[in-house]
This record gives sequence, C-alpha cells and structure tokens, in this order.
Amino acid sequence: MGLLSRKATCNAHGQDSSYFLGWEEYEKNPYDDIKNPDGIIQMGLAENQLSFDIIESWLAKNPEAANFEREGQSIFRELALFQDYHGLPSFKNAMADFMSENRGNRVSFDPKKLVLTAGATSANETLMFCLADPGDAFLLPTPYYPGFDRDLKWRTGAEIVPIQCTGANGFRITKSALEEAYEQAQKLNLKVKGVLITNPSNPLGTTATRTELNHLIDFVSRKNIHLISDEIYSGTVFTSPGFISVVEVLKEKKLENTDVSKRVHIVYSLSKDLGLPGFRVGVIYSNDDIVVAAATKMSSFGLISSQTQYLLSALLSDKNFTKNYLKENQIRLKNRHTKLVSGLEAAGIECLKSNAGLFCWVDMRHMLRSNTFEAEIELWKKIVYDVKLNISPGSSCHCNEPGWFRVCFANMSEETLKVALNRLKMFVDGPSSTTRSRSEHQRLKSLRKMKVSNWVFRLSFQDREPEER
Amino acid sequence: MVALTAAKQDQNLLSRMAAGDGHGENSAYFDGWKAYEENPFHPIDRPDGVIQMGLAENQLCGDLMRKWILEHPEASICTAEGVNHFSDIAIFQDYHGLPEFRQAVAKFMEKTRNNKVKFDPDRIVMSGGATGAHETVAFCLANPGDGFLVPTPYYPGFDRDLRWRTGVNLVPVTCHSSNGFKITVEALEAAYENARVSNIPVKGLLITNPSNPLGTTLDRDCLKSLVKFTNDKRIHLIADEIYAATTFGESEFISVAEVIEEVPDCNRDLIHIVYSLSKDMGLPGLRVGIVYSYNDRVVQIARKMSSFGLVSSQTQHLIAKMLSDDDFVDEFIRKSKLRLAARHAELTTGLDGLGIGWLKAGAGLFIWMDLRNLLKTATFDSEMELWRVIVHKVKLNVSPGGSCHCNEPGWFRVCFANMDHKTMETALERIRVFTSQLEEESLKLTKPMAAPPMVAKKKMCWQSSLRLSFKDTRRFDEGFFSPRSPVPQSPLVRAQI
Repeated sequence: MGLLSRKATCNAHGQDSSYFLGWEEYEKNPYDDIKNPDGIIQMGLAENQLSFDIIESWLAKNPEAANFEREGQSIFRELALFQDYHGLPSFKNAMADFMSENRGNRVSFDPKKLVLTAGATSANETLMFCLADPGDAFLLPTPYYPGFDRDLKWRTGAEIVPIQCTGANGFRITKSALEEAYEQAQKLNLKVKGVLITNPSNPLGTTATRTELNHLIDFVSRKNIHLISDEIYSGTVFTSPGFISVVEVLKEKKLENTDVSKRVHIVYSLSKDLGLPGFRVGVIYSNDDIVVAAATKMSSFGLISSQTQYLLSALLSDKNFTKNYLKENQIRLKNRHTKLVSGLEAAGIECLKSNAGLFCWVDMRHMLRSNTFEAEIELWKKIVYDVKLNISPGSSCHCNEPGWFRVCFANMSEETLKVALNRLKMFVDGPSSTTRSRSEHQRLKSLRKMKVSNWVFRLSFQDREPEER
Repeated sequence: MVALTAAKQDQNLLSRMAAGDGHGENSAYFDGWKAYEENPFHPIDRPDGVIQMGLAENQLCGDLMRKWILEHPEASICTAEGVNHFSDIAIFQDYHGLPEFRQAVAKFMEKTRNNKVKFDPDRIVMSGGATGAHETVAFCLANPGDGFLVPTPYYPGFDRDLRWRTGVNLVPVTCHSSNGFKITVEALEAAYENARVSNIPVKGLLITNPSNPLGTTLDRDCLKSLVKFTNDKRIHLIADEIYAATTFGESEFISVAEVIEEVPDCNRDLIHIVYSLSKDMGLPGLRVGIVYSYNDRVVQIARKMSSFGLVSSQTQHLIAKMLSDDDFVDEFIRKSKLRLAARHAELTTGLDGLGIGWLKAGAGLFIWMDLRNLLKTATFDSEMELWRVIVHKVKLNVSPGGSCHCNEPGWFRVCFANMDHKTMETALERIRVFTSQLEEESLKLTKPMAAPPMVAKKKMCWQSSLRLSFKDTRRFDEGFFSPRSPVPQSPLVRAQI
C-alpha cells in the first residue's frame, strides 16, 4: 500500500497491544448491573470517577462560568474568537496555582513557563518533538504506561530504551539500572536525550522517593540530558509517604536557575486528578525558554477549546473549591484503594504497597502456570473471558517479570467493585490455577488460538516489527 | 569562546525542530501583526490605531450564536438544565467522538454544500482545528521528503502546518493573474515535473476551495480536471473546504464530494477533505477541525492520530446540540451569507470609487486587492516597501501577496468580516486619503495629463513624497501570536478575560 505514509502502515501506534485488546473485549460485552450483569467489568481504565459530585455542586453555585459570562457581561464572542496559543491568561494563572497547591505550596510555578496542550498525550509527544531528533532515545523505567509507545515514538521517530526495574526492590529506580540502560542505548548506537519518569507511577501507584529523585537529577546532570517528569497523578496521592515532585528536589538542592533545571520538564493534566479526560487539558512546564517557545507554537496542532479553558479557569481560581476537592478526592481514593486491597487479600492476592494512582499493581505470580509471559497471557485471557474482568497484564506495560497486573479501582461504583472482587475470589477458590486437567489444558490451547496480537514480539525494541509491512 | 560552546551545547540539547525556524514565525511578514499589537485601533480609545485587516475571521454572526446559547442552556453541561450530562461528557475521551457530534457535523457539512451530497458520520475524524487536520493528513499520506503540490497563492500557515513536524515539502503550482489565478493542467504538470527533477516524490495535491487568499471558488470543470489529474498520477487530492459556507451573491460552492460522483472510475481512496467550524461559524476558539476521508485506512489512522488533538467533549456536546437545530442552522447560514455579501459590497464599492482593483470573487472573508500600479518596480522588494507604508502610514494591517507565495508582486489580501461597519468606513476613509495624497503628490511633480493620471504617476511618487518611518522588520516579538490568525483579539472586541 504505497499510497500511504510509513507511519500510517506500520503499527507503532501500539494499538495491537493487549492493553487495547482487553478494552475491545469490554466494548463488546460491557458490564451493567441491571442490563448486563454477566458482562465484563472494566478494570483496565485509569479514570477517576469518584468526585464528580463535588464539581457538579460547584457548577450549580457558579452559573456565570456556565453561561460564558463574566461580571454579568457575555464574553461568548471573545471566547469564540480566542485562539491565541498562549492560552487564556486567567486559566494559566489558575493552573500554575493549582499545580503548586498539589505540591503543598512547597514550590511555585510561573504561568509564563506553562504551555497548554490537548491532554498529556499531546504534551508528551510535543516534548519529544522538542527534545529528540528521529532515532534519539529516551530512557523509561519499566513498567510504564503502554500509551507511551505511541505518544513518544509514533510520529516523532524517537526510541524508548527501558530502565529495568524489578519486584525484588519494589520496582525502585536504582543507579545501576540507569547506567545499564544508558549503556544498552550506546550499544544500539542510540543517542540518549533524556529520561522520562511518571511520578506518581503508572502502573505501580507509588510515588518516587527522594533518593530516586536525587539519583535521577545526578544522572541527568552528569550525562547532560533531559528529565521529563510526568506528574499527571500528582493529585491522587492519598496516603503517606506523600508526593515529592522533582522540582521540589531541585529547590532543595539549590539547583534552581542552573543548567540542569533547564533540562527538567514537567507534564501535567486534569484528566486524572479532576477526572476530566474528555476536556483534553494538558500542560508542559519548562524552565527552558526555547522549549517553551517551540512547544507553544506546536500547541497550535492541539489547542485547548477556549470554552473549556474558561470554565476551568473559573473552577480552579476558586481556592475554596480546589482545597476541598483535593482533600475529599484523596479520602475517597484511599477508601476505594483499601477496599480493593482487602478484597484481593481475601482472595490470597497481594499488591505492591502503593500510596497513589487510580489502580493497584497486583501480584498474581503465584497463579501462573509457569514463570513466563505466555503463562501471564493465559491467565490474563482467563480473567478477561472467564472471570470477566478487564485488567492490564504487566507485559503490556513492559514489566520484565511475568505475573503482575494493573487493576483499576476508581472508575466504577462500590457495588461494581464488590462484584468484581467476588468474581475474583470465586475464580481463585475454584480449581487451582497450578493444576490442570487435560480438558482444561485443551481449553487453554483453544483460548490461545483466539485473537492474538503480536505485541509479545514487539516488547523489546530489538525485536521491533519492520516499519513497512 | 566559552559562551559560544555553551550556546552550541544548548542547540544540541534540543531537537533540530525546536532549535530551527520551521515554524515560520521569523518571517518579516509578522511585522504587520506587531504593528497592530503595539497600536490596535479602537473607535474611541485609539482612533488612530492600526486597523486589523489581516485577520480572516468571521465575526458577523456572533449575535445569532449568542442568542441561541442563551436560549438553549441544555447545550451546556454546566447549567442546571445540562449538568446531568456533566460526568458522562467529562469522562468521554473516545477518539471516535460523540456520535451525535459527528452526525451533527455531517449534517452541517451537507447543508453548507446545498444538500447536494451526503456525508457519512463514521468518516468524520476530529482534529485540533484545521491546523491539526492538515498536519494529520500529511502524516498519513506522506513520508519525510515527499511533496504536496499547492497552487499559489496559498494560505501562509500551510508552510508550517504541512511541513514543520512532518518533513514534507510543498511544491508550488504557479497560478497567474492573467487568467484570474485559475489552476491549469499545464501548471500542474509543470509543478509535477519540477518536483521530479528535484527528487521530491509527489504524494498529493492540496487545494483550498473556496480559495484563501483569492476568495474564488473552483468551477465544476476545473474540479473534475483536478480529480482526473490526481487519479491519473495516482496521487492524493486534499480539498481544504474551510470556507465552504462563505459564498455569497451568485457564487456557488461545489465541493469535491459532489464532483467525485460525476467522475467515472474515480479512485476514492485518493480523496480527502479538511474542514473546520472556524470560518463558516466564526468559532476558531473552539478548535473544531475535521478530517473527512474516503479512504478507510486513512480514516482509521487519522482517528488514532486524533488522540493528539481531540475536540474537547464539552465543545462536542455544545456543537452537537447547536448543529442539530435545523431551523437555527438554516437561518444562520442564510444570514451569514447576507451579511458577508453586504460587508464585501461595502469594501469593494469603496475601492471601486477609488479606482483600486480587486479580483472578482464571491467567497471567503477577504478580497484580493490589486495594487500593482502602485509599485515602484514590479518586484517583491517594492511590494514590501508599499506594504510597510500601508501598515505604518495608512495604518491598515493587510497581508502582502508575497507572504502567500504569489508569483507576482502587488497583490494584497484584505479582510472584511472581522470588523463592524464603522471600522470599515474608517478603513475606507484612510485608503481614500492615501490615494488622494498620492494623486496630489503626483500632480505637483508632473504636468497634468489626460486621464487616467493616477496609475502612471502613483508609480513614481509615493516613496519620495510620503514620510516613511518603519522599523527593521527582521525580528519580531512573539508576544501574541496564535496559529491561524496571529492575534488574540480582534479590533472589534477586546477580551478582558
């Protein structure tokens, strides 16, 4: 099909991954407590649906924001015409303040260094366009958000080299893992342009420690490369040890206004903290003027609707609202997290100890037939098709150890979570997953023959599919 | 030496894309925007300020829109009437888009093409404005180093939208004033050959119909010949129809969608439309861009790429409701055309009275003004000098043809739909004063001649007689630039947000 570009014909968009296949299965047979009680429960979607009522009640008390009005005057016309890629000043001011509040006001953000983008998806891609040439590489700790394969690599031509993290030390980023990843990139003749971390982590749900952040800053400082910290989950930290942003550590180390601080960039979004993924609100924050200038121009390809900027500037400028929301949201997340963890415990399943995020990193290694990714996928398929829970297998997140799964808890009602946990318990209490009858084996074989993506073979970049089919 | 090394180091730290100027904003043409920003016209506060006539915005029907919004609180997810939809909409990030949004947009596209064609809502793909749509189409159809043919003059933003991050080249198809800038097959073939000689594989032809900056619409035969040319060469045809509903008077807009029905054996896998609500509805701030492709694979891939620039679900919801209101839409389109026609007539009648020529056209939010006879020499340097006089002395920001890659100096794009009647009067008055000053100067310098005196003498005298004070325009302050129209505020309405 020489008619289309290589980008259009390759599969670097990553959508053949199991991460997305599970979603497809869910779409075909979605759970509904009344209409489809045997349907698949969606636990693969990291959405925050716990706190809409707080926003809705704010809306009821603030009709002006709803009606495109300000001080009794209609500003509809201004909004309809406003397409300045610098963004609504009041919105950026409110966003900078909100980001600061999320960090306990321990650091402040300059609205002039903020770039508005269409979601964090666009923010991450834009930063790649600004920091990496085609063929350059960024180091990412594993496991990582599957969407990065598309967002960071697809249209930019950049590469990802994994920093291998293991369950043995709680998947913490170590100095040696960083060095090994860097060397690995060199062996592959890839120029490393930076490191990208997600803090709090997706899929782990843990916040980075001060030690890890120090290692990272030292590392990027020595290697003269960038550090991108995707802090999209910063407002979902619900218990100690609390959230430390890389910008706080820079401040503590008195590295503000130095060369290294110009190479540290933050990505943020309102999709997880406020549960507003539909509004497409993403942000890049950088101390490098050239990056801000270039990213601002690039944001032309995905500006935030002025209607949405206006609503959110009003919402986020209301300090009473933001304070109350952040606190209440955290309480609800903690509650839900506890329910999931104890429900899993009752089924003899443990999770990585976590303090943030909208999901748990669940340890099902003991349920694998063998310590292989094949076994992980077998288990996953059973959970999707038989137990009818869509959860994300660790391999889709590039975890280097089989048996881990990401299970979301904030995108459903409490009742639905109970149903899900019951199903899981019944599955675990049923025929043991480690002993198989012959017929069970046959059934597994036929399951394997079902729609299989080729993601397993695409996991490590060495085995990447050729771009042209 | 150390500083240089540090700077060089900085350069290597960033991508070539970020460090370079492929964004196109270092062009000298941004001086006009700058002049406007520094001294924007306001009828009361700044009556001597620069009038913005470089901004192709449709501001004539905002009142109709506003009235509809006030009467339909359920279209907002924030009002008491609409808040029960809030959480569903706020969560909705499916890149297929709200079904009701796609259906409403498809219907609107049909209405703006006089219901002569049907559009399939499942082929509607969202993008971050037409800006995002163009880039997405380029990513889908072309590899770095490939080229698209583009008839000149064309919208300056294409240089960035189609080339910057994609690495695609634009190959001009030269159109001439001698035949009203029509696109000829000869010109297409010549451009195709130029590309071949330059080792640029041509992947498609991009047309803007109605044209920016010309305001003309392509006739049926021309469209058919473009479809056949591209089909024969097995290259794509991308039709940017962003100005579809801005036709007025007797002008008729024929969409490529209509024409492909009439071309036998048309390979529809090669046909794509870019659309937006920014011009027809005057809603550039809402960032509603559309890629509509007849190629299933392109629809699929463009949809995946739309993740990088989805339309806010809040906006999708509003637009779905608004465009589903048939009575409102019909009335809006009707009134918009009448108002555009009236404002266009005001401008052109005024210019006619001053003996200033303009390309006869019946669409768009601008006219293509002919000031060739005012150029000292038929060069682009001369065009720039004249332009600077118009910006700094006459205080009108207009767009010089050179910025649109016109092959002939002396043409200027002048927008008329982004101002009210009084501002238009003021602008015309300034032009009148300018032309009469030129006449006076030319009468002083030479003996009176038989009519027409204006043309010959204007050529020689405007530079010497008028005091020119303009700055060196090599650099500009990026303070206020935005994608399609580089200023955040129109002269009509100031945003105090």
